[in-house]
Amino acid sequence: MNILKFFTAGSVDDGKSTLIGRLLYDTDSILADQLEALQSSNRKNDDGTIDLAILTDGLRAEREQGITIDVAYKYFQTEKRKFIIADTPGHIQYTRNMVTGASTANLAIILIDARNGVVEQTIRHSYIVSLLGIKHVVVCINKMDMVDYSETVYSAIIEKYKVLAQQLKLADVTYIPVSALKGDNIVQNSGNMDWYEGESLLHFLEKVDTDNLDKSQLARMPVQWVIRPQTEELHDYRGYAGRVLSGTFNLNDKVTVLPSGASSTVEKIEFFDQTPDAAHAGQSVIIHLKDDVDISRGDTIVNASALPQESKLIEADLCWMDGRALDTSIMYNIQHNSKITRCKISEILHKVDINTLEKHAADEFKLNDIGRVIIKTADALAFDLYDDNRANGSAILVDTRTNLTVGALMFRAAVE
Amino acid sequence: MSTYNFDYLDELEAEAIHILREVAGQFEKPALLFSGGKDSITLVRLAEKAFRPGKFPFPLVHIDTGHNFEETITYRDQMVERIGEKLIIGSVQESIDQGKVVEQTGKNASRNALQTVTLLDTIAKYQFDACIGGARRDEEKARAKERIFSVRDEFGQWDPKRQRPELWNIYNGKIHKGENIRVFPISNWTELDVWNYIRREKIDLPSIYFSHERDCITRNGQLMAASPFLNMDDEDVVERKQVRFRTVGDMSCTAAVESDATLIDDIISEISASKISERGARMDDKVSEAAMEDRKKGGYF
Repeated sequence: MNILKFFTAGSVDDGKSTLIGRLLYDTDSILADQLEALQSSNRKNDDGTIDLAILTDGLRAEREQGITIDVAYKYFQTEKRKFIIADTPGHIQYTRNMVTGASTANLAIILIDARNGVVEQTIRHSYIVSLLGIKHVVVCINKMDMVDYSETVYSAIIEKYKVLAQQLKLADVTYIPVSALKGDNIVQNSGNMDWYEGESLLHFLEKVDTDNLDKSQLARMPVQWVIRPQTEELHDYRGYAGRVLSGTFNLNDKVTVLPSGASSTVEKIEFFDQTPDAAHAGQSVIIHLKDDVDISRGDTIVNASALPQESKLIEADLCWMDGRALDTSIMYNIQHNSKITRCKISEILHKVDINTLEKHAADEFKLNDIGRVIIKTADALAFDLYDDNRANGSAILVDTRTNLTVGALMFRAAVE
Repeated sequence: MSTYNFDYLDELEAEAIHILREVAGQFEKPALLFSGGKDSITLVRLAEKAFRPGKFPFPLVHIDTGHNFEETITYRDQMVERIGEKLIIGSVQESIDQGKVVEQTGKNASRNALQTVTLLDTIAKYQFDACIGGARRDEEKARAKERIFSVRDEFGQWDPKRQRPELWNIYNGKIHKGENIRVFPISNWTELDVWNYIRREKIDLPSIYFSHERDCITRNGQLMAASPFLNMDDEDVVERKQVRFRTVGDMSCTAAVESDATLIDDIISEISASKISERGARMDDKVSEAAMEDRKKGGYF
C-alpha cells in the first residue's frame, strides 16, 4: 500500500467540500461521534440531508461564513491506498493557499460546475496545476444532477477544457461526470449516466500511478544534520543525516559535495539498525563518505556524474504570498531545502494574469500575484530546474522583518 | 537500478525523521513534549531513528498534571532510563501551589486546562524555541488546518488566520524572540497508522492501552476510571469493568472503552471496526464545536 496526495481546486459554489465530504462518507471514513456532531449541527441541505461540507470546514470563521479559507488536510484509506487530501479554497483571494496545497500533491482534482462549464476560475486553477507541475489532473464535471445527467452538456465542457489543457501543456487529464451531492460516480458508478464508460472517481484514484518514487538519475541529498557522537567507542564517527530528495545513492558511488565541490565516494549507508546498500528518493538516512571532507548543514551531496546547476542568478516563477508587496530594494532570505542565504529580486520579467493567462510587464508584485523574476542570491545555490526535479527546483522567500514566508519560487533557468 | 519497497509507513516515517532533523538544524533550544501517550512514544522512536548513534539534540519535557495514570509514570521513567536522554518535568501541582492557576471545582473538574499555564511557564523557564508534539491532523478539524511548523506568539497563542504558507517539504522556522514554534512531525499520520507503526516496530506501550480490569463509573455516557482525582458523589456507581484506554491523558478527562483487546493485533482490528473516533473519548473536546480551536488559540498543545 502506498500514499496518494491530491488536492482539490474549486470555488465556493462548485461543491468542493461536498465532494470531499462525499469521499469520506462513502468510504466509511466518518466515525460515529463525528457523524453525531454533524447531525446535531444546524447546517443542512435544502432537502434536510446532512451537509457534508461541514466535515472539512474546520475553523469557526469558515463555519460561520460557509467557505473554506485555509488548507485543510483530510485522510482516508481504502484497501488499496492511503489518501491525503489538501482541501484548498478556490477564490482568487486565496490563490496562495491553493499554491500551498498544490505544492505537495501529485494529483489535482479540478471541479467544474456542469451548469457553468469552463469559466475564469477553471483557467486559474488549471494554471496553478501546471505552474506547480502536478502530474495527473482529474476534471470532475460536478452537479450533473442539475443538468439532467446530460451527455451533451458533459461533452461540450470536455471539448472546451481540452483546448485549455493543451495550452497549459497538461499531459495527463481524465474527465469524470459526477454529482458530489447525490454521490454519482464518486465511489460507485452511477446508474444515472449509462453513457459514461469510465471509472468512478475513487476507483481512478486507487489505480493512478502515484509516482512517489523518483526514478531519475539526479541523486541529491541535502545535509540536514551532522551526527558526531564523540563518545569513546564512536570517536571518529561522522555521519551526514538527510532525506534523499531524488535519485539513488549506492555504496561506492562517486559523489560531489556542493558548494565546496569536494569529491568522495559513499562508504556506508545507515538507517537506524540497518546498513542498506542503497538510499533511494524519499528515504531519510545517514551517509558516510570515504574521505574526510568538510561538510555542514546546508551542503548537498550529489551524484558526481549528474551535477545540478550552480548559480547566483536564477530565473524563477514567483507566487507572492504576503499582504506586504514585494520590495525589490531589500534583501530577503531564500530557503532552498536546508540551505538559507540572502537574496534580492533583481528583475521582474513579467506577471501573469491568471484568469486569462496573458503576460504583461509589471513593476510591482502583490498578494497572490504570479510571474517570472530574476533572483540574485548571496551564495550560489545547487539546484535543478523545477520541471526536471521538483524537490530540488523549489524554494521559499522569507521576509526577515516579519519572518513570514512571503514567496514560493519555482526555478526555471540559470542565468548565464 | 535496484528496486525497493517503500510503503506508506516508510514514507510517513521518512517524512517525520526529516522534520525532526529540521528542528535540530534550525533551532537553538528545542524540546520534545512527552505525554506518555502512544503518539509521543512514537515520536521518541522516530527521534532514535533520526539521531542515533548520536544523542537527541533536545530533552524530553513532560507536563505532569499530577493526575496521571500510575502506569504512565512508571513507563515514562523506565523509558528515559533505557534511552539515556534528559527528562524535564513541568508540574501542574507546582503551578497550583504557586497560585498561578486555580483548581477547577465541581463534578467535571479536570486539570486539563491548567496544564497550558504550566507548559507556557516551562517553555519560558528553559527558553525553548521549538516544542515537538505528537498531534495529528486526523484527530480534530481545527488540527486539520494546522501547519507542521506552527508559530505561537509570546503568549503561546495560535492564530489560525495568520498561519504561514508551508510549501513542498520546506519548513520556515524563523521566529522573533519570545515566540516559539510547535512542531508536529506526525501530522499526516492517522490513528491507525500509529498503531500499525507501533506493531511493525514492536514498540512497548504503557499497560493501560491494553485490556485490564478496573473500577469505573459512568459519566455523561462515558466510562471513567474511578480515582481520587475524580470528584465523585453518591450518584456515582462504581462498577468493575474490562476496559482499555485509546488515549492517555489525565485520569479525570480520559474515558475508557470496554474491550477485551490484549494484543496490538486485537487493538488494530478493534479500531478498524470501531465507530467512535479517538477524540470521542475525550471529555475536553465535547464542550463545543470549536472547543479545540479555542484551546489551541490559548496555547494548548
